[in-house]
Amino acid sequence: MRLRINMAAGAIIFLMWIAAQSAVQAPPQGGARGGRGGNLSATFPAQQRPPGDPDLIARGNTLYGINCRACHGVDLRGGDQGGPNLLRSQLVLNDQEGELILPVVRDGLRNPGMAPMPAIGLASDDVRAIADYIHSVVATSRGQGAPPPGPPVVLNVLVGDAGAGQAYFSSKCAGCHSADGDLKGIGARISNPTQLQNAWVGGNTGGGRGGRGGGANTVSVTVTLPSGEKIEGGLGRIDDFIVILTMADGSSRSFRRERDVPKVEIHDPRDAHRKLLPAYTDKDIHDVTAYLVTLK
Amino acid sequence: MKIHKLILIASLAASPTLRAVQAQDGLDPASILKPLANTWPTYSGDYTGRRYSTLTQVNRDTVKNLTLAWIARMTAGQANTRGGAGRTIIGGEGTGEFGAGGGATIKGAVLQVGDILYVTAPDNVWALDARDGHELWHYYWKTRGGTHTGNRGAGLWHNYLFFETPDDYMVSLDASTGQERWHIEISDFDQQYFSTMAPIIVGDHVLVGTGNDLDAPGFLQSYDPETGKLQWKFYTVPMNPGDPGLETWPNLDAARHGGGQVWVPGAYDPETHLYIFGTGNPTPGYTGVGRPGDNLFTCSLVAVNVDTGKMAWYFQTSVHDTHDWDSTQTPVLIDGTINGRPRKLVSTAARNGYFYTLDRVTGEHIVTSKYGSTTNWAKGLRTSGVVEPDAGKEATIPGSLVSPIEGGVTNWPPPAYSPDTGLFYVQEHNGFNLLYLTDPDPRGSMGLGGKAVANLGSAGDFLTAIDYKTGDVVWRHQFTGGGGGGLLTTAGGVLFSGDGSGNFAAYDTTNGKPLWHSRIGNISNAPQTYTVDGRQYVLVAVGDTLYAFMMY
Repeated sequence: MRLRINMAAGAIIFLMWIAAQSAVQAPPQGGARGGRGGNLSATFPAQQRPPGDPDLIARGNTLYGINCRACHGVDLRGGDQGGPNLLRSQLVLNDQEGELILPVVRDGLRNPGMAPMPAIGLASDDVRAIADYIHSVVATSRGQGAPPPGPPVVLNVLVGDAGAGQAYFSSKCAGCHSADGDLKGIGARISNPTQLQNAWVGGNTGGGRGGRGGGANTVSVTVTLPSGEKIEGGLGRIDDFIVILTMADGSSRSFRRERDVPKVEIHDPRDAHRKLLPAYTDKDIHDVTAYLVTLK
Repeated sequence: MKIHKLILIASLAASPTLRAVQAQDGLDPASILKPLANTWPTYSGDYTGRRYSTLTQVNRDTVKNLTLAWIARMTAGQANTRGGAGRTIIGGEGTGEFGAGGGATIKGAVLQVGDILYVTAPDNVWALDARDGHELWHYYWKTRGGTHTGNRGAGLWHNYLFFETPDDYMVSLDASTGQERWHIEISDFDQQYFSTMAPIIVGDHVLVGTGNDLDAPGFLQSYDPETGKLQWKFYTVPMNPGDPGLETWPNLDAARHGGGQVWVPGAYDPETHLYIFGTGNPTPGYTGVGRPGDNLFTCSLVAVNVDTGKMAWYFQTSVHDTHDWDSTQTPVLIDGTINGRPRKLVSTAARNGYFYTLDRVTGEHIVTSKYGSTTNWAKGLRTSGVVEPDAGKEATIPGSLVSPIEGGVTNWPPPAYSPDTGLFYVQEHNGFNLLYLTDPDPRGSMGLGGKAVANLGSAGDFLTAIDYKTGDVVWRHQFTGGGGGGLLTTAGGVLFSGDGSGNFAAYDTTNGKPLWHSRIGNISNAPQTYTVDGRQYVLVAVGDTLYAFMMY
């Protein structure tokens, strides 16, 4: 689920990933951002290749394990004995059906500056099977050059000191938040520590005392007209030329902006969080996360 | 398609005289050496990368009268739905099924010579009449596939047009008719290169870069515009034992998979014959564990002699990058003054949040400054002016809080420089990410893999003016609704750009105050200006549509 909230005062687009398995890359902001990104059409020949013969691939897998794995690794990404990563090998990528791989396996390979590969006595149809196996793995590589997924790795995000985190919380956070109030049970509500950390650092745990209007984290705005009349509402959008308010009854009002007229004041409950971002050390963050997970 | 090629070959064979005449018409490469004024004949308008036009019809006082002259929406692909005299010429080596699909997005420069505009999107080129935007011809390349992220524009040499395709061809067209002259492979598609750069024409050289995300070496190549024959190839990473820079890699295998792609056009200094360009990030991008060292010549400004393809100097704007912050931003040539002495300079605002000024003849370092307000990945400067990265701000398992975000403080949308104000203008995008290492394998990951990112939102976007002499920020204009887009400045004292709320706007070059705007949508390239029939136009793209404003 992607929750998108408009905010103001210099930080408008705020994206949080709440239920994602792992955090993902944000889309570029604005039409012209992003150098490349967007690999929806990353259809290179390795991904276009029709699936090979499963029996041949299975035989290749077995032969790879016997003859190649010690040097090139169980995942083909290189091994302890110096064999290079085959998934990014130019020779492998250029090979179609073993024609480039065969001479290397048969004769070995000596390139200046590289570890030599010994000649391995294998029948050419065995090499073909290995080549098909390698291509079947390369085909599972992901976009932007990322390798195949591989087996899941258990990563421990909770390296912080909960006691130090509690002290930090008391000093910096307790003005707006409380472990018995808005954050009660936060460690149970957001049981994944990574998601909990992303949420609190981004100021997206809900609650706090800064919120106005109905929902938590609502950005409100006050427009003061030259006549002195004040209009308040939720912030729809603001730029150099217009401010748009969402009124209590759900209707919308907009005001043209000319430099500082009319006067516009934005009240963003996340301002406090935004000001903290440059101040946190990574240790602060890890400590507070270690503390918050204890609030079951 | 084959029949079409035969006809083309037959017609060329039958009319050698005509072809010779055509080659002398069109754009004389020497004209690109002139200061930017009535035409826009190359990616940055001229070779300096300043995007500073000497035109003054549109100025601080008159810009409020800028009027929409026409809009033109590009239709990509095989079908030509625009009618009229327009016709679609089809080329390509693929089936087209692996293309981007959907609408075109214009993310590059539009060439303007005489009364014709040349517009590109991946696999597509259009020639438009500059007076009203109607289509003269459309060329569509049926692709083999590849990453269709963008195309930065075409290059023009006399009457020959050149552009790159995502499946790694450079295609040359007859600029009058859109008929294909030839196409050549410029990088290896099987090795997952994809090509986006606008070819840069310098004399009788067509300079082309290419790109790759899968741990492949970057390079710049020079081709003969007449024949398409390779003149030289310059690798941005060491490829052989003894190559310079190899000492900054653990071994040759790491260097040869080290990246440093050449995505974006550079600048050219005709006095020294040096083409100065930025190189991409090292690879694997986020997991530097397998490539300890500075990783030359990735994330560097590199000066190459266009006649020989040999490197004259380099300066690394990010050593051992681990955040995918390539340094391919177009550098800007400045004839300036440092400590009272006239100097030939080059400045760049890098994606990593640092601004640099160097001597462009020698590469001597002059200025390093931080212009990204919240940039936090470094721990100081070396005596050489190189920024020392903080290893703690790499991706870590429990997460590190990093600014800027992956897209950087700036990106490919170009900056601008005005000699009238002495200010270097750039869009500054600040934000924080929590950056997690998800692949702690000691061999490192591959490509841009091995990490996860949580974006914590914007920390402020600005239109920012930097003093090239000191690197100090002279003023910032905040985009309250976010920023986005490239820049154009003029002798009329205006600075054109876009904001994230869909406004195309003109700002005062002295203080960044808005002077004029039109809410046409988020701009997708950098604004440009030129004259047609003596009137100044300002041209900008929003997705698949061009908007031409003019001054009556």
